[in-house]
Order: sequence, then C-alpha cells, then structure tokens
Amino acid sequence: MKFSEAWLRTMADPPLATAALCDKLTMAGLEVEETASAAPPFSGVVVARIAKVAPHPDADRLRVCTVDAGGGRPLSIVCGAPNAAAGMTVPCALVGAELPGGLAIRKAKVRGVESEGMLCSAKELGLSEDASGLLALQGDLAPGTDLRKALALDDTLITLKLTPNRADCLSILGIAREVAAQTGAALTPPEAKPVAATCDAAHRVRIEDHAACPRFASRVVEGVNASAATPEWMKQRLARSGIRSISAIVDVTNYVMLELGQPLHAYDRALLEGDVVVRFAKPGEKLLLLNEATLDLEPDDLMVCDEAKPLGLAGIMGGEHSGIAATTTSVFLEGAFWNPLVIQGKMRRRGFASDAGFRFERGVDFELPPRAVERATELMLAICGGRAGPLADARGPMPPRDPVRVRPSRVRKLLGVVLDDAAIAAILARLGFAFARDGDAFVVTPPSHRFDLAIEEDFVEEIARTHGYERIPAVPSAHASSMLPLPEGRSPLAALRARLVAREWQEVITFGFVDGRVQEALEPGAAAIRVLNPIAAQLDVMRRSLLPGLIETLRTNLARKATRVRVFESGRVFLAARADAAVQPLRLGGLAYGDAVAEQWGSPPRTVDLFDVKGDLEALVAPARLATRRAEHPALHPGRCAEVLVDDEPAGWIGELHPRLCRAFDLPKPPVAFELALDVVARRTVPQMRAVSRQPVVRRDLAVVVDDALPAQEVIDALLAAKPSHVTAVRLFDVYRGRGLPSGRKSLAILVLMQDTARTLTDADIESTCQDLLSLLAQRFGATLRSQDPT
Amino acid sequence: MSTPPSTGSLDAIVRDAIAAFAACRDPAALENAKAAWLGKTGALTARLKALGQLPPAERPAAGARINQAKEAIEAALVRRREALAEEKLAGDLAAQALDVSLPGRGQGGGGLHPITRTLERVEGLFRSLGFTVADGPEIEDDFHNFTALNTPENHPARSMQDTFYVDGGLVLRTHTSPIQIRWMEGHPPPIKIIAPGRVYRVDSDATHSPMFHQVEGLWIDEDVSFADLKGVITEFLRRFFERDDVHVRFRPSFFPFVEPGAEIDMAFGEGRWLELAGAGQVHPNVLKAVGIDPQRWQGFAFGMGYDRLAMLRYGVADLRLFFENDLKFLEQFR
Repeated sequence: MKFSEAWLRTMADPPLATAALCDKLTMAGLEVEETASAAPPFSGVVVARIAKVAPHPDADRLRVCTVDAGGGRPLSIVCGAPNAAAGMTVPCALVGAELPGGLAIRKAKVRGVESEGMLCSAKELGLSEDASGLLALQGDLAPGTDLRKALALDDTLITLKLTPNRADCLSILGIAREVAAQTGAALTPPEAKPVAATCDAAHRVRIEDHAACPRFASRVVEGVNASAATPEWMKQRLARSGIRSISAIVDVTNYVMLELGQPLHAYDRALLEGDVVVRFAKPGEKLLLLNEATLDLEPDDLMVCDEAKPLGLAGIMGGEHSGIAATTTSVFLEGAFWNPLVIQGKMRRRGFASDAGFRFERGVDFELPPRAVERATELMLAICGGRAGPLADARGPMPPRDPVRVRPSRVRKLLGVVLDDAAIAAILARLGFAFARDGDAFVVTPPSHRFDLAIEEDFVEEIARTHGYERIPAVPSAHASSMLPLPEGRSPLAALRARLVAREWQEVITFGFVDGRVQEALEPGAAAIRVLNPIAAQLDVMRRSLLPGLIETLRTNLARKATRVRVFESGRVFLAARADAAVQPLRLGGLAYGDAVAEQWGSPPRTVDLFDVKGDLEALVAPARLATRRAEHPALHPGRCAEVLVDDEPAGWIGELHPRLCRAFDLPKPPVAFELALDVVARRTVPQMRAVSRQPVVRRDLAVVVDDALPAQEVIDALLAAKPSHVTAVRLFDVYRGRGLPSGRKSLAILVLMQDTARTLTDADIESTCQDLLSLLAQRFGATLRSQDPT
Repeated sequence: MSTPPSTGSLDAIVRDAIAAFAACRDPAALENAKAAWLGKTGALTARLKALGQLPPAERPAAGARINQAKEAIEAALVRRREALAEEKLAGDLAAQALDVSLPGRGQGGGGLHPITRTLERVEGLFRSLGFTVADGPEIEDDFHNFTALNTPENHPARSMQDTFYVDGGLVLRTHTSPIQIRWMEGHPPPIKIIAPGRVYRVDSDATHSPMFHQVEGLWIDEDVSFADLKGVITEFLRRFFERDDVHVRFRPSFFPFVEPGAEIDMAFGEGRWLELAGAGQVHPNVLKAVGIDPQRWQGFAFGMGYDRLAMLRYGVADLRLFFENDLKFLEQFR
C-alpha cells in the first residue's frame, strides 16, 4: 500500500514529523517499507504564464518568452522548448532559484539576449523523465505561486508492507484510523453526504447466493459526461498511490477505493441486457476480461452477470463488454461486499491479481458499500455532471461479529506484563472497539472493518501493540528446567563431523534438489521425486543420494583451478514422496579427489585411493568394526566398489567413480566417494572394562598362500570366528603377489597375538593354536603355508 | 707416535705421555699409545722392574713416586678417552641435525561449513537453557506445513511464502514450523525444543536462496509469556554475537500460527535494523490441532534464519556464497 502522507494527514494529523510517524506505523505493525519524497529539493520555482513568444534574433531554435511570474513586471526569458506557447502555464525558475542537482539560476545572456530565469520541463525539476518540453501546468493556478505549494510537492510517498490480516489498512481511512488510535490524534474522515436522488432511474439486481454476496449497494447515474477531465488533485493522489488516471468515472471508483477501502465497479448501463444477476458460473461459460484474457469459468467462480452474459468475475475484475467508455452516458455503480472465502484462491489459481480482489479476499468493511457508493456519486456528479437515481442496498446476512470475552488476567499472563484493568479499558477505547465490563472480563465486539479479531488472543495482540511491544519487559529466563538426556550410545552428528574434519575433510552444504539428468546418469532408472515448479531447469528433482551435489561441488572447484578436493556433507536424501522422515533418511557422504595428501616435501605424491578413504571411515566409526565387501553400484567402478558394513550391519557404499562417468563429467582423475546411513554410523556401545592380563604376549606370523580372487577380509573373518579366547588379535599386515608365487595366487601375512588371562602359554599351546588356525584356512580356502608352497 | 723414553725423570715421562695421548685422534690410536706407556714393555713398567736394583731403603719411596706417575698417566688416559667420545658424539649429532623449519608431514585439517559452525553455536546456547534439539522431514504434507499451523487452503497468508511442490501432492517445507506440530503430536507439554534445518522457498537473489536454514524454537508450559520470548531471544543474540550493544526490536506482525505475533529485528549499536525472525505466542488453534488445551498451556514459538546470523557474524554479504561451496570461501571458516 503506497500513499501520500499529505492525504493521510487530512484524516489524521498527529504532531509527529514524517520519520516519527513512520516509526509509529512500523511499531504498530504497519511496516513502512519505503519512503520517498514527492519531488527532489528545489527552490525559487513559481507558477508563470507565458504572455508572448517571439523568435530569438540570433538562434533559430530559441525563442524569447515574455512571462508573468507574479512579480508585477513581466520577465523576458529565453527558452528552447518546442512547446512554449502564449497562454501556457509553466514552472519558472526565477533568478536565484536552485534546481535539483544544485543548478543555480542567474541572470544571463543567451546568444546576446538577456534571460531573467528559466522555464522548466518536468525532468529539470526531477518530477518525471519527461524532457520533451515545458511542463504544462493544469488548472487555475495564480502566477507567482510557489510551485511546491501549487503542486503539493512537499509530500512523502509512504509504502507499507501490510500483513494479510490488516486489510483494513488498505485505505487512507484505515491507516488514519490506526494513526488516530496509536497517537491519540483526531480522526477526520471525509464527511458522509448522502446524495438525494434527482431521477428515478434504477436497475434491478438479483442475488442468487446471499452467503457469497451478503451486500450489494448500487445506483444509476444518468446523463454523465464520461469524457470530462479528472481534476488534477485527484489525479495527483491516484498517482502518488501508483494508480494511473484512466477516465473520470474509473478514476472516481479508484479514488474512493483508496480513500475508504471499498472497491467499486462502474458499468455502462447501455450495455446491460436485463437485470443484473449475481450467481455462480455455469459449466462451459467464458468471460473476456478487461485485460483481454479469456477465462474458462469454473462452477465456484462467482459472477456478476446480466440476463444475457457474464459481466465480470465478482470482486476481482470486470469484463470487456460492459466497461465505461468515452461515449457512456448512463452508469450503473456497484459497491458490494463479497464473502472473502468465495474470493480467496481465485486469483492465485489463474496467476493474476487486481486491487479489488486483493482487498476482497482479505475482507472489506461490510458497512462500507452504501457509504462508498454515496461518495462516488458525489464525486461523479461534481466532475461528470448527470442525475443520480436512488441508492439501492440489497442485504443478506452479514459476517458475524460475535462479542469476545477478554480477561485482563489472561492479557497479563500471556504477555507477562503489569497492565491494570483501567489501562486495558483505555486501550480498547482508543482502538474504537465497542466493549463492556462483564465480571472478570471485558466483552468486546469486533468492528466491521476487522476480519482478524475473533478470539481472545486476537485482542491480546491489539492491546499489546497499542501498549507497545517495546514496553513489554524482556524477562531473563528463570524457569526451572530438568537436565537434558545425553545418550552415550549415539554419537552426536557434531562428533562425527568433527572426526571427518580432523582427517582433513571439508564440509559442504548443497541443495536438496539436483539436476535430474545428473541423477539419472548416476543411478539409471531410479525413480526420482520431481519438483513440480523448480527454480531452475537443472534443479528439477529431489536428490536420492548426496553424490550429485558432491560431484557438482568437485566440478565447481576444478573449474576454479583446485587440484585436490576432499568434501563431505550430511543431510537428507529423498527416496519416496511421503511426508515421513523414514523415507527421507539422513546420510553422511564424501568425495576425495587428487593427491592423497597435499603436495609436500616429505611424502611422494600419490593419488587418493579407496583405502585412504576407507581408513578415514574406519577412524570415523571406531571402535566399531568397519568392513567392506565387493558390491556393485551403477555409478562406481565395478572392480573398485564395496558395500560398507559397520559391526556387520550394512551401512552404505564406498568406491571409485565409474570411468565412463569421469569422462561424462570431465574429471581428469577418478574421485573416491562414499555414502553412509547416519543412524548406523552414529551407533556406539558404552564401553565396559575387561581386566588387563599381566601374562606375556606371544606373536606368531602366519604367511599363507591363497587364491588371488579370495577377499582378504574373508580369511580374517574366518580366523576371528574360529579363534580360541587366548588369541587376542588377528591382523593382516602384508599382501604379496608376484615372483616366487604361482600366478593366480597371493600370499597373506597375518599377525596373531596370543595371551591368556591366567597363565603363561606354553610352546605346545602356541604351536597347536597356530596349527589349528592354519588347518582351518587350508580346509576353508585351500591355503598353504608360504614356505611349503610348491614353487 | 712418539716413542716413550726409557730414561729421564718421571715428570718428563708423565708430560710425554699426556702429549702422546693428546696427539691421538681416535680410540684405536689411544689404546696403542696406552700400551707404550702403561703396557708390559712400557716406560713405567721398565722403571718398576728397575726398582729391584735400588737399595732396599730407597725402594718404597721410589715405588711410590712411580705409582703416582702411573696414576697421573691413567687419569690422563681416561680424560682423553672421554674427550674423544665427546668429540665423536658431537660429530654424530652435527651429522644428524635436521632443518627443523621444514613443514610437518601428512594430513592437514578440514573444516566445518560456516552455516554448521553457526548452528553448533546456536544449539549450544539453547541447550544451555534446556532446549532439546528436534528434527523432521523436509518433504512435508499440507497438513503439517500449513493447515495445522492455522493456515487453511486459499488463506492469503499462503502467498507470503512461495512454495515448492513435489510429486504426491506434497511440498518442500517452507519453514521449520511443521516440526512444532510433529513434536507436539508425540510429546505432551511441557515442551522446550529447537528444531534447525533446511527450508525451501521459490526465491533467489543476493539475500534469498531457494534453500536456506531456519531454526524453530518452541517453549510450551503453563506460564511462558511474550516477556519470556523477549528475554530468551535478547539474551541469545547477545551471547551469540558476544556483544552488549546488540539491540533487539519486537514489532507487531502476522503469522497465522502465532497470536500475538512479532517480527524480530536486531541492530548493532546505532546501526540499521535487520530482520531476523518471526515469533509470537503459539496460536490456540495450533495447540488445539494437536490436542493441547490452550487454556492450560501457553508459550512461544520463533523461526530464525541462521544463515543470516552467519552472514552477520562472519561478514558475508551474499547468501549465495554459502551454497556455491567454493573451497577458497569455505576454508576461511576453519
């Protein structure tokens, strides 16, 4: 809502400067979004009338004007404007004037002719961009009048960012009512002057649904001059609210809407065929709108029609076939109250908006229609002439305004303020609410212009904002609270992040929606959840994995000349279109690219591989046991891809990006990526102490030769499963292939630590344990001792 | 090597021995020299053997003198051994010296995203006040994102937030407020939670991103008032920014799920007001929607953009930088 401060002050004029007034509005909940001066600062510019225009003796394009600027003596001013003409009223910057931008006007000779000032265009005064000629002033302005006064330029245009609940402030009257309540200034709305009928012309109105259209005020005005000029003052107020002047009759309806808040519609009565009917649209009906769009109407569209055709979408926009034209002589004026529920959503579903619809869907004062029609009639008769018929006011049941019990005790408890009953009563009175005391409560009746006051809490807000939010104390937190649970059996996400950060991973945050084509390339055929109205074509599906975002991050950084990237992200992925966290699980994913460690003097350069990343993941979940087993993933290298298990539970995957995808994404080297289910990774066991044995530890190394294709983990798993309790550790420490071994075989060097809790192990114990383990491996995997391998 | 004289005074012998030891440059040479003075054919041994030729009365005195000389030579030998060992060690140490100014080897450190860093501060501060951290889905249904929050279909308030729609008639949550509803559906009051997370709105410029972060706060008890809301938020902002000149302004505003409702602005010192959060007392319709009696329970809710907190704290002017994930940007916040 944009409006002229000067206009507002005609209805409520508190002794506050502009800035203080704006602050007051903002702190009352009517946020001032912007203020702008009606005109930039300038001085010494007056209204002048050109008496005579003569050619300049020395310049074809200049003329010498004799000007009456009210100073008694005519001034001679040289002017180059093509539209300068005798009889024209124009702005004149006198000698000594200062124009916007600091231009000072002095007496000067222009091509040999003395010029005593300067006649101005709108652009020279900063009023508009129009520099085509002198600004032609309209109306009866006396020469010599200060232009700022004549055009009311010392005005501020205020723009409010109104919240949807305060539709009552979509008018000067509404804002003035609020200013009066908040400052105590007197409210002086334009006088409501009923216009007596001077003819008996009337038009029948039939309302089929009174719940949708509880009120329909109307009037016929005959014999109007539709091409009369709109007065300058009205044009100016409209312009300062951002509304263009169209024609006198339309301007009057817009003016009354701004002034009082009631949208009006004027029809050319000559185009109405039969009664005006308010009804819902019929199947297949169409409407050509004023904005030249054709609407296919739906059965819940409320229409204003005549007996032959729809005239307009009720409360939203008129149709093309019944509007006011220059030839109109008889006007049918409509001022209705439409049920907000009938209007709501109708513009949104069609993607357009109108000032009337904006107001009606939020709620317009249902007591306004007759008053607004009277006001419009008054203005129309004054501007366009004509004869008014009698005012018609069809009424159905109005929206309820049930009285609300407002308990002062509740006000104090919800707000946490000390505010006595008298102070509350004073506030209710300032707000202009009808109320009475009843026992422990005030019974307050919401006014007809407020659609946001229905329950006690609504009035608590009214009282709070009028008392002033800034006067509510900020109470330091003093409530008793119990300690929060701190489950030790789960790692907080923050702790997991910290472990990755400690191992040189950089966290990133990427969007939840990704490029559908990228996701399809990574996981062909997987059903992605589509975003139906994406912000950009390449953000059109919800991610099923963190991988697309990580690859995008890699590409961004490679494009910016990074050579080594180690990034991770935690966040939800979206597996099914259900509003359920279970199908939107939290994942922890990462991607490493480039050298294993940053280029440095002390380590030879080496490209990061799966085992570097696996090592980081082992550290991430420690002391839980992380294992990997060969698996397939469409985005990963088939030979370098594994399922990740944490304490034997599947937790996710790790692997090198498929070479085909590396080519597709223009990646010179293959990144290693992983993705883990956060709930599995976060699991922890609370440690329980075991006695530390003082018996000697014995180490034996087993070197066994097995089939090259046998995963080492299976060998270790078999040993761990079968080992006696005095074997305390089984670890792989070397893998060898090549010389000395037949092809297709590899040697695994496995360390076995033995320690009994109670006694020193004998050589026989140790020997038999090793033999048992070796024969297990021989039996299960055909393993032979390295030294015994036939070579 | 000088040959030990077999004649001359004992003093001369000792002097010569010390000089000979000093001339030795390594332990092997020193041991050879030792044999020349103290060994079986050494100079002193010869003198001792010669004792027998002296008159018996002179023998004890002469023997004592020879022993003194022997001890002096032995002491010189030990000193020289130690000196040589010291020299060798010094040489070894010099050879082993490192350029200790070289950089350390191996991995460096990583870093948290600045938004996460901010979130951890936010969570820490609210935990210290007894708030539990809650979480919820990002693809939401109409009920939790709007209807239960007192925003029925077609309500003009729905156009306050431009919503992303996805398959299945669902939306990407436009705020973290649905977590309020989900939490209250499962937990009776008193309730004291914050719920941070990603939210989505159809908007993109220097101060808007189609995905951003919000932290929801909800405190329901029998007497939690608007004054408590002001107290908690004001204290939080001063602690978060570690400044006493954080000014906080609550101004009336409208969100369908609170009443009274407020917009929270903050300013540093005499600076410009910045919008930070929406807040208010939880609307009775919201409490009723989850079966909580609004006559008995009351409290506040707020929704705060913590991307904005991160921008203010770390001097980031353009919100979009957070989601570009340029490592040169992110690495500044380690």
